[in-house]
Amino acid sequence: MIPPRFEYFAPSSIDEAVQILDRFGGEAKVLAGGQSLLPVMKLRLAEPRALVDINRIPDLAHIREDAKSLRIGATTRTNDLNDSELIHARYPILSDAAYEIADPLVRNMGTVGGNVSHGDPANDLPACMLALGAHFVVRSPTGTRTIPAKEFYQDTFVTALESNELLLEIQIPKARPGQGNAYVKLEKRIGDFPIVGVAANLVLTTKGTIESAGLALTAVGPTALKATEAERHLVGKAPEDDAFQRAAELAQEITSPVSDLRGPAEYKRAMVRVLALRALHRASARAHGGA
Amino acid sequence: MVLTEMTSAGDEETGPFMNVHVTVNGAPRSATVETRTLLVHFLRENLSLTGTHIGCDTTNCGACTILLDGKAVKSCTILAVQADGRELRTVEGLETDGKLHPIQEGFIEEHGLQCGFCTPGMMMCSVALLQKNPHPTEEQIRRAISGNLCRCTGYVNIVKAIQHAANKMAGPSGGGRP
Repeated sequence: MIPPRFEYFAPSSIDEAVQILDRFGGEAKVLAGGQSLLPVMKLRLAEPRALVDINRIPDLAHIREDAKSLRIGATTRTNDLNDSELIHARYPILSDAAYEIADPLVRNMGTVGGNVSHGDPANDLPACMLALGAHFVVRSPTGTRTIPAKEFYQDTFVTALESNELLLEIQIPKARPGQGNAYVKLEKRIGDFPIVGVAANLVLTTKGTIESAGLALTAVGPTALKATEAERHLVGKAPEDDAFQRAAELAQEITSPVSDLRGPAEYKRAMVRVLALRALHRASARAHGGA
Repeated sequence: MVLTEMTSAGDEETGPFMNVHVTVNGAPRSATVETRTLLVHFLRENLSLTGTHIGCDTTNCGACTILLDGKAVKSCTILAVQADGRELRTVEGLETDGKLHPIQEGFIEEHGLQCGFCTPGMMMCSVALLQKNPHPTEEQIRRAISGNLCRCTGYVNIVKAIQHAANKMAGPSGGGRP
């Protein structure tokens, strides 16, 4: 299968890229890794008039930590999360997720920016970004703005990103002492979409109670879902099974999975509870210094 | 990069076209192709390098695996224009001076293939693995080839073939050849 015809642009600057996007008024698509875009173009589910390849723009691929944030450039490959000692040591939720995204060859092309901005509820990184309280830095011809992850996902394949905006960087609050996180995913086989995924992030006080909590779900709703009630329930509690059981039930309540080849809706909903418990226990163990 | 003028959007028309320059197995190659040309078609049809196979054409099977700037990727899900100016390595580049690459010897010695269709992709994926991790465990090998499907062997002999190559490349006569 060959994609439909398109004009191809490979701008060398961010400004040039957003001007091209602006000029095509929604009929151009950004090409990053292309591991989602090219398959849907082959199937004629998308027929953009132009592709704006952002891979030749310098400085869009990086993983670095400053005084306030972990900053991940939009064209960072998902396998780069796997290969980063900083990520493994301080943000293991991201290496958990990256280890199981698609397959190793797809991860060599697919980008972090593409995974978070595509708007597919079955992508793994959006739930991680919701749990971590990430912000997305985006540029349009008129300027730069920052969008919180929790305001980004609006509907299936619909995000807060305007058609003339380009995602530049993901900013994640810098890891603190007492913080632990994990991503747990159920899949039928490597390379398939997840049946269910759960992202959990806990920050403990020096007394050992939960100071803040992030909990988010993959593939059980129209977008990745932030389990706000469950998060609220956890704050102030001891990081133990009692609190986790109730949080997992609250997370279950916001889901609306559909029955498909990956399982009936009841099964998926049951798995949300199981995986939420596992993710919270693993996050807690890591917050206590475990692996 | 020079983009030639778009002709028309009509179905009977072709284009737009672009000149794509790459280095394949150490040699500079170029061709003018439609922007929508997939890298695997560019290799097979424009450069006549048919060792890279087209299997599923849906990013699943890995028969089209090649190395792009040293990393194993699926060439059915990359545009030829994306590879402009970059370095490619295909199965044709494994044998040098009439001598098989250790991974090729491994597949022969351990009977790592039956029909052979997945073999070029399997070998390119393995070469990338061994460059990054010269002494992989069985688990690491199985993880590394998890994006490459074989419908004949059950993978047991493929894993042995990769272990054979790893041992050979680590050994005194292997010379650590990448």
